[in-house]
Amino acid sequence: MKYWRKPLDFGDVKVPHGEVRILVERCKGCGFCVEYCPKDVLVMSEEFNKKGYHPPKVVKAGECVNCNLCEMICPDFAIFSVAVSDGDAAGAAGSSPEAAGADPRPPERELRRA
Amino acid sequence: MSTPAEHPEVLPEEHPVAPYIRTDRMPHIWCPTCGIGTVVKCFATALAESGLDLNKVSVVSGIGCTGRVAGYMKLDGFHTTHGRAIPFATGLKLGRPELLVTVFSGDGDLVGIGGNHFIHAARRNMDLLVILVNNFIYGMTGGQNAATTPLTAKTSTMPYGNFERAFNLPQLAASCGATYVARWTCLHIRRLTKAFGEALKRRGFRFIEVITPCATLYARLNKLGSGLDLMRFYHDNAEIRHGADTREVGIAFQDRIVCGKFVDEEQPSFLEMMHEHYRKTLGSKYVPTPPEGGWLHE
Amino acid sequence: MKADPAGVLTGVHYLDGDFACGEGAMAAGCRFVAGYPITPSTEVVERISRRFPLMGGTFIQMEDELGSMAAVVGASWTGTKSMTVTSGPGFSLMMENIGLAAMMETPCVVVNVQRGGPSTGLPTMVGQADMMQARWGSHGDYEVIALSPQSPQETFDLMINAFNLAEVYRVPVLVMMDECVGHMTEKVVIPPAEEIEIVPRTLTGQPPESYLPYKVDGKPVPEFARAGDGYRFHTTGLTHDERGYPVMSKECQEKCVSRLLDKVRRNVDNIVRLEEREVDGADVVVVAYGITARVARIGVELAKLQGAKVGFIRLITVWPFPDRRIRAVAEKVRAFVVPEINYGQMVLEVERCAAKAGADAVLVPHPGGGVHDPKRICEAILGAAK
Ligand code: SF4
Ligand code: SF4
Ligand code: SF4
Repeated sequence: MKYWRKPLDFGDVKVPHGEVRILVERCKGCGFCVEYCPKDVLVMSEEFNKKGYHPPKVVKAGECVNCNLCEMICPDFAIFSVAVSDGDAAGAAGSSPEAAGADPRPPERELRRA
Repeated sequence: MSTPAEHPEVLPEEHPVAPYIRTDRMPHIWCPTCGIGTVVKCFATALAESGLDLNKVSVVSGIGCTGRVAGYMKLDGFHTTHGRAIPFATGLKLGRPELLVTVFSGDGDLVGIGGNHFIHAARRNMDLLVILVNNFIYGMTGGQNAATTPLTAKTSTMPYGNFERAFNLPQLAASCGATYVARWTCLHIRRLTKAFGEALKRRGFRFIEVITPCATLYARLNKLGSGLDLMRFYHDNAEIRHGADTREVGIAFQDRIVCGKFVDEEQPSFLEMMHEHYRKTLGSKYVPTPPEGGWLHE
Repeated sequence: MKADPAGVLTGVHYLDGDFACGEGAMAAGCRFVAGYPITPSTEVVERISRRFPLMGGTFIQMEDELGSMAAVVGASWTGTKSMTVTSGPGFSLMMENIGLAAMMETPCVVVNVQRGGPSTGLPTMVGQADMMQARWGSHGDYEVIALSPQSPQETFDLMINAFNLAEVYRVPVLVMMDECVGHMTEKVVIPPAEEIEIVPRTLTGQPPESYLPYKVDGKPVPEFARAGDGYRFHTTGLTHDERGYPVMSKECQEKCVSRLLDKVRRNVDNIVRLEEREVDGADVVVVAYGITARVARIGVELAKLQGAKVGFIRLITVWPFPDRRIRAVAEKVRAFVVPEINYGQMVLEVERCAAKAGADAVLVPHPGGGVHDPKRICEAILGAAK
C-alpha cells in the first residue's frame, strides 16, 4: 500500500515546481520523506552518510511540486524544498541565499507554503 | 540524480527551520525514525506562521527525550527538572506575563512524575501551552512502563505486558479544566501545525497531545517494526473525530487512535481571573505585575 | 540602589518573626512568591499575599513544595526577585529544585522556619535540625549561602541581606529561621526605603549576538539575561558549557562545577557575618545561632558569674561556614561549646575547624520541641573550661 497525504491547500494553487535540498549529514535515514512524498520524487540512496545512514536521493527531479511535505515530516530537519521560480510570487519564499554564517541570528522568514 | 557526494552541506538556501532551532546543536540526539523532531518542525512552522514576536516566546521542558526540545529550539529555552516543567513555566509566566510560555515535554515527565502539576495548572486555567509528546513509554531511561502505556504493551519493567491501566490524557486534561484540548499524531503534520497555531493564539491552559513513534523502545519491545511502521499504523488507525467525548478517546494497544480537537472554549484564564478579581476587590489600590506591554494591556 | 518604597512598611512595628520575614522580603524587592502552606511558616505568605497585590507582586499557592520551588526558579528567570517559604517536610521536597537553582545559577531565596523532625516531627514546635540539609540536601556538589536570624528584627534585616547575596553570587540563599524566632513577637523597626540598600538584578548589556549565558570572563558569576529580552538563551540542569549547552564530559563537569563552588568559596570572607563577644582571652567559646544563641548568652552569663572566661560567637551566616575564624580562635581556646536544637550538626563543622589546634568541640544537644535550659549550657561551659 502506498501512503501519502494530500496537502490541505492542494486545490488553491497552480501546480508549482520545487527543488529538493538535502542536508545529507543530518539525515538519519528514516525514510519518512520517501514514504510520504506525493510525487515519488525521492528514493533511499544506496550511499551512506558519515554516520552510516542512507539519505534519500532525488529520482524524479521535475516532478517535485514543492508541497514541502518531506520538509515537514522529516524529524531531522534534513530535507526541504525550494520553489523553482516561475516568475511569480512564490519566489519570495526564501530561495535567496543569505550570506552563509554572517549572522548567527538570521531574520525570521515566512516558511514557504506550497 | 542526486547522491550524497553531490550534496554539499552548505546549501544555497538555509533550511526554513533554521531560524527556530539551534543549528549549532544539530544533528540532534533523537533516534532515527523518532517522531519528536517532526513535532518540533510543526511547532516551528506554527510559530513562523503566527507572526508572534519570538523574543517573547519561551519553551520549558522537563527531562526525557522530549525534554531536550527546550535545548534545540532557538527561543528562551529552559531544560528543568523531571516533572517540574509546568510549575517552572508557571513562575516564568507570572514573573513576566507578557511572555508566551510553552511547555514541551513527554508523557512520563508531564503526567507521570509531574502529574500533580499538570492537573493543577489545568484547574487554574494557567496561561500555558502544553505540548505533550506521547510515545507510550519512558524513552531516555530505557523503555520502562509509563502512565500512558496501553494495557498489555510490553515495556522493560513490564516484560510480561503491562497490566496497569493507562491515562486517557484528553479526558484528564479536559476534566481538570483545560480550555483547549487536541490530539494528533506526528503524521498529521498539517493538522498538528494548525492546532499549534490555534493554541498559540488562545489564553489559558491549552493541551495538545501528539502521538509519536518511539522506534528504539516502544516499537522494538513490542515488535512493531520501525518508526515508519508506526507512522503507517497511525495512517491506518487514526480516526479524526473533532469534538469527540473525551471519555471515549482512550488508547488501547495497537487500536484506533481518536484524533481531533476535543475542547476549545473561551474561559477566563488564571491571569484574567486574578486581575479581574483584584480590580474588583481592591479597586485603584491594585497594582498588577508590570506587564510591560503584554496582552493584559491590549 | 535604594529599596522600592512600595514594598517598605516604614515604621516601628510589633511583629512576629514570620511577618518580619515577609516584610523583609517585600522591602528587599521580592515580587514573586510561590508557596505551599506548612506550619510554622505559613504566616509569611499570609502576610505577603495580603500586601503583594498592592505593590505589583504575585503570590501563588502551588500544589506542593516541588512546584513552589520550581516556580520560584522560573520566575527568577524573568528578572523578578523570587522566594518561597517552608518548613522541614517542604524543605525536603524543595531540594531537587534548589539544586536546579544552584546549577542554573538562579538568584532566589528559600526560607525554612525550622520545626522538630524527622518526617512530620513536631509541626508546631521548634527545631534546628535542618542545618546540614541546608548545606547538603540536594545531590551533587554545590554551594549555597545560609543565614540564621535570632529575632524578628534580625529576620527583617537578613531577608534584605539574603536577597542581595542571591543577586551578587547568583545562588539560592537559605534563611534558616526556627519556629521560636518565627513565632516570637518583638519590636521591629523598618527604616525608610532610602535607607535600605538593595542589589538589583543586573541585566547584561551585551548584544544578543555575542551574549553567552555562562561566560564569566574572570568574574565570579556570568551576566544575566532574562527571558523575553531577545537573548534566546538556553539554560539547563545538565552539566553545561558557556553557551548553556549540555556537554557530557569530565572536563566540562570540572569547569562547570568548580566555578559553582569557587564563586562562594573564594568569597567566604565577603559573605560571612559573625557576632563576637569577649573572644579574646577566653578559655571557652560558645558557638550558637538562631534562637539558641539567645538562650546560650544566658548560659554564658551564668558561667561568667562562676568565674569562667567565656567568649561567644554567634553565626549569622551559617553557610559557608566561617572556617578561617573558627580555626584562628581554636588556636587560643581550650574548647568550644556548641548548643543547638539537634543531636549535633554545626558542632561537626566546629570540631573540624578546631581539631588541628587541639581544641575540643562540646555539643549541648537538644531533641527539639523546646529550647535549652541555660543552666545546661553553663554546666557544659564549666565542664569544658576545666
Ligand atoms: S516538496 Fe513535496 S513533492 Fe517535492 S520532494 Fe518534497 S514531498 Fe515530494
Ligand atoms: S525524512 Fe529526513 S531523516 Fe528521514 S530519510 Fe528523509 S531526509 Fe533523512
Ligand atoms: S528512545 Fe524513543 S522517544 Fe527517545 S529518541 Fe529514541 S525513538 Fe525517540
